[in-house]
Amino acid sequence: MSNLQTKTREPFLRIVKRDGMKAWQSWGIRGIALLVALIICALFVYTITELNPLSVYGSMAKGAFGTTRRMWITFQDTAILLCVALGLAPAFKMKFWNIGAEGQILVGGIATAACMIYFGEILPPWLTILIMVLTSAGAGALWGLIPALFKTKWNTNETLFTLMMNYIAIQLTAFFVAKWENPIGSNSVGVINPDSKGGWLPEIGTNPRVSPYILPVTIVLALTVFMFFYLKNTKHGYEISIVGDSENTARYAGMNVKKIVLRTMLISGGICGLAGFINVSGACHTISEGVSGGRGFTAIIVAWLAKFNAFVMIFVSLLLVFLEKGASQIASDYGLNNEASEIMKGIILFFVLGSEFFINYRLIFRKK
Amino acid sequence: MNIDSWIQWFQSAVAFGTVIMFGCCGEILTEKSGNLNLGIPGTMYMGGIASLAGAFFYENACAKAGITPNPLLCILVAFLCAFAAGAFGGLIYSFLTTTLRANQNVTGLTLTIFGAGLANFFGGSLNKLAGGVGQISISATSDAFRTTLPFATTWGSIGRLLFSYGFLAYFAVAVAVVMAIFLKRSHAGLNLRAVGENPATADAAGINVTKYKYLATCIGCGIAGLGGLYYVVDYTKGTWANDGTIETLGWLAVALVIFTTWKPLNAIWGSYLFGMLYWMYLYTELFGFTLSRSSQPIFKMLPYIATMLVLILTSIRKKRENQPPANLGLPYFREER
Amino acid sequence: MEQSSAIRLENVTKTFGSVVANKDICLDIKRGEILSLLGENGSGKTTLMNMLSGIYFPDSGKIYAYGQEVSIRSPKDAFDLHIGMIHQHFKLVDIFTAAENVILGNSNDKKENLRTATARIREICDKYGFDVDPNQKVYNMSVSQKQTLEIVKVLYHGAEVLILDEPTAVLTLQETEKLFKVLRNMKEAGKAIVIITHKLNEVLDISDRVSILRHGEYIGTVNTKDATDLSLTEMMVGKKVSLDIARPVVEKKKPLLEIRDLTIRNDEGNVAIDNVNFYIRGGEILGVAGIAGCGQKELCEAIAGLRKIENGKMIHQGEDISAMSPKQITEKGISMSFIPEDRLGMGLAPSLSITDNMLLKTYSEGKSPFVDRKRGRNEAEKIIEDLDVVTPSTETPVRRLSGGNVQKVLLGREIKSGPNVIITAYPVRGLDINSSYLIYDILNQQKQNDVGILFIGEDLDVMLSLCDKIMVLCHGKVMGIVNAENTSKEELGLMMTGAINLMEARTTDEKKPGIAKDSNIKEGNHE
Repeated sequence: MSNLQTKTREPFLRIVKRDGMKAWQSWGIRGIALLVALIICALFVYTITELNPLSVYGSMAKGAFGTTRRMWITFQDTAILLCVALGLAPAFKMKFWNIGAEGQILVGGIATAACMIYFGEILPPWLTILIMVLTSAGAGALWGLIPALFKTKWNTNETLFTLMMNYIAIQLTAFFVAKWENPIGSNSVGVINPDSKGGWLPEIGTNPRVSPYILPVTIVLALTVFMFFYLKNTKHGYEISIVGDSENTARYAGMNVKKIVLRTMLISGGICGLAGFINVSGACHTISEGVSGGRGFTAIIVAWLAKFNAFVMIFVSLLLVFLEKGASQIASDYGLNNEASEIMKGIILFFVLGSEFFINYRLIFRKK
Repeated sequence: MNIDSWIQWFQSAVAFGTVIMFGCCGEILTEKSGNLNLGIPGTMYMGGIASLAGAFFYENACAKAGITPNPLLCILVAFLCAFAAGAFGGLIYSFLTTTLRANQNVTGLTLTIFGAGLANFFGGSLNKLAGGVGQISISATSDAFRTTLPFATTWGSIGRLLFSYGFLAYFAVAVAVVMAIFLKRSHAGLNLRAVGENPATADAAGINVTKYKYLATCIGCGIAGLGGLYYVVDYTKGTWANDGTIETLGWLAVALVIFTTWKPLNAIWGSYLFGMLYWMYLYTELFGFTLSRSSQPIFKMLPYIATMLVLILTSIRKKRENQPPANLGLPYFREER
Repeated sequence: MEQSSAIRLENVTKTFGSVVANKDICLDIKRGEILSLLGENGSGKTTLMNMLSGIYFPDSGKIYAYGQEVSIRSPKDAFDLHIGMIHQHFKLVDIFTAAENVILGNSNDKKENLRTATARIREICDKYGFDVDPNQKVYNMSVSQKQTLEIVKVLYHGAEVLILDEPTAVLTLQETEKLFKVLRNMKEAGKAIVIITHKLNEVLDISDRVSILRHGEYIGTVNTKDATDLSLTEMMVGKKVSLDIARPVVEKKKPLLEIRDLTIRNDEGNVAIDNVNFYIRGGEILGVAGIAGCGQKELCEAIAGLRKIENGKMIHQGEDISAMSPKQITEKGISMSFIPEDRLGMGLAPSLSITDNMLLKTYSEGKSPFVDRKRGRNEAEKIIEDLDVVTPSTETPVRRLSGGNVQKVLLGREIKSGPNVIITAYPVRGLDINSSYLIYDILNQQKQNDVGILFIGEDLDVMLSLCDKIMVLCHGKVMGIVNAENTSKEELGLMMTGAINLMEARTTDEKKPGIAKDSNIKEGNHE
């Protein structure tokens, strides 16, 4: 007890939980975090390239929106990322950590590619597309259902389980790529049905710089509206928020928690599978591991940052895709590689994640 | 003939296993503090690129000065860079999750994106940034790391089986053993496990929860960074490839943590087993059949399937000692009511 | 001889958001004495002591230890000041052994290891007559073993000041006596002991002085030898002692809910409710008394359909509900509301708005796939108005309301569905007197509407004046079902600890207790 003398001071800094904050204040804090992150990114770009950061951001805008085609590709990529995030939102809202979107997209993509290869040039287009939609959503749903079954039965950790399912899906993709290889020895499937365009999502309109992108974007926008109201206004959505908030209360209210978890994971996996369908049938027309390309992980962040609000997710995914497109433009303009976008993405996310703290907690400094 | 294949298989499994053993041991240490760090692939990337950059600049400086790089210095530079970069990743993660209480899963995934971006960006641009010196290669450093024991060539099969690796392979085993002893026998290890199990109890016992979480995560990530180092200097022999292999290995390391049921000693045989399973598709003729190229990926699923089985079995058996740390993934705030 | 002060608090204040948990508290804890900290639930006893153990940091005020001003910023500081606290929720790591739990933390003794610790634990156990196996894992221990381990831990670390938070809540009578013997020994050894409790008999039994808190404010300190339970109660609850709760007389109705031979197991697989018989009539409040963990929670869950029953019947108006789902049971008009310690665990979704919480049990009605929020909002508005709920709006998350308002929302929702049986556990837990009375009025109103009410309570005085009959549980067994007018607190207290068992005494009677004469169960089906 000899060191008592030094202990009479209040801690320099104390953390106290906030009672709650108005919506505009919390979005304001996130906005400030985003701004600070963009400044840090600018500094990072400046130190590497020694170019005026503003002109670099200008060049990024050119990369993402510079031409009509670029703009629409940006929209299409946004739509695909958004689609995955829409799929993840119900699962995460239920506090089911589905980090297996990567795999769910891939199996959806595999199912789509299989339909294109086997039916694309035989069946009428509308029937092919219908089968593709069903099988891809079904495959994704199955991929989501498996971890949910184990979770409800034995409380098997879903974070780790879905993670493993991703790798099984990746190897499965590799298996089918080798199986459908075209031309032989290329280790890739190549564009499927390049001439007949069997199983491709139809183009809308005649402008070749716009028409291929309209349908994917429209589908996802429709899905966005659906998901917004599904989560907010339907009985299912209500059940999801109760289970996510307090499983005990859900049981108490007479909800069948197992059924809700299984159903939600079917939907979650199904929509991720659809994202695979949109990408394969509507955008890349081939199957490879790149069909998911990390979107399953990025989409978690999209859903989380948007607080599962489907409309906010549009802007978050647009921002992330903008960074990606912009960074590859910088890369080609200044001869760097386009991984810079990943770094910027990381920095922005770190800041926005960190800013949540200031929404939930208050700091008290020592009074002088 | 057959024995040669077996030895080759085992050797490639050891090379593979060493990378993920570092990652796995680092993640075990981190998770024991209650932090589920999904940023391990990212920290391995950061460790890899930092060691490459460090060694590259050192070797370049030597080349400019016209002297031969000192092997010991080569090792020291690369080693420290890898550890420091990994620990830096851990510091970002700790600051966000422990100090700012951000969600662990999302922060971890972000760290993986960030680390992969950082590594692949510099991996691809190092050459240009250094003024276009051609293909990046750190042969001197790589050679230093890959120096084997003399018995490797003189002791026949035994030598090849046991002594044909660079020192990092043995170091990984040593890390696992030391960590097992630390966790099981030392007082600090006991405190650390208490933090991961029940931080409120640890706190009430006077343990500085924040300090333990920071230290375990940063050191753990530093160790994972060594996995990246081994990958760069030994596995790919001192070059950089933007092919995402580190990420695959990083996730396998995370999987291995589950497989070992959070026990570092299991990581030693577990990582080699993963390596054997991963490369099995190349050696199936040892079992009397050959694979078509398309069925190879099916065999590559084996480590993941094994992990899933362990995950399911432990969740069914519910043996208390095999469960993840009870507070894994959850933030701790003392005044929470 | 004047005892020297161990800990002194001066004007200590602590707030959580808008809730003032402690306001300007002054307290003096002396060496060689046992001080009782007395107060109702929610009066701020635990918060205050948590500031001594370093869990919370006071907003203002001064703390002196052994005569010097200190600031306790963390449990480590408390540890260094030799302050040890035994929390109500044990601070033990389940998968560690007893010895590992004891040596946890930063010891100043460098030579300490598991072997020396084991030896010292054995030494302490021998000295005080404890039964702790140093190598036993905590998850294999019973509640009282865990508590013993907590005490061993504190003794091991040589605490000078020992704080116990409701230590007897989970103990049997014998275990309590043993604990008190240990505490007296420690007092003789010059340690300062604080015991937090709201049980008056224990206060009078063990302590030298009593300090009383009410609603976060310091009321005063008296010497135990000058105090009576009446004087203490007055200080604890204020002038208006809770004896004038109305008990309207309602005509007897047929039994609504009859429980026969009910046996339930708890999560650990031990028998929680053991062969229990009772019934509730319409227009009657049946109180359930018992120390914490005597099976109340399991009983509530079983009736609500949330827990499988091992054996027995639950008959509601002649119909067996024991195999029904929670939803079917709700539809029968049985409402259960359980207020757990954190108030929000079962019954409410804390992050959701009042509107959303209103809909919890009715959202699935109707064919529409959408949730009828308008209805929820109307109901929320009605409850806010009728029950005087203080909230910024109907869309405020329930988590942000204060305790009393949370309870009003919960009970209001349950009543609005027009149930015929209400099961309510701890409905006034943590509420101030006014809110408590409001809740009693609501329950009485329901009783007058011929609703049958099962009231699981903590405060015997309240139960004696509110309930018509009181059933006492001890370790899952019914000790007796008595008319509230014909019993006393003493009798109930003795039954709670198992010292009196009226069931055994009355086996020769014609009428078996807990089985109604005019039962809905035909004896033919009963076999």
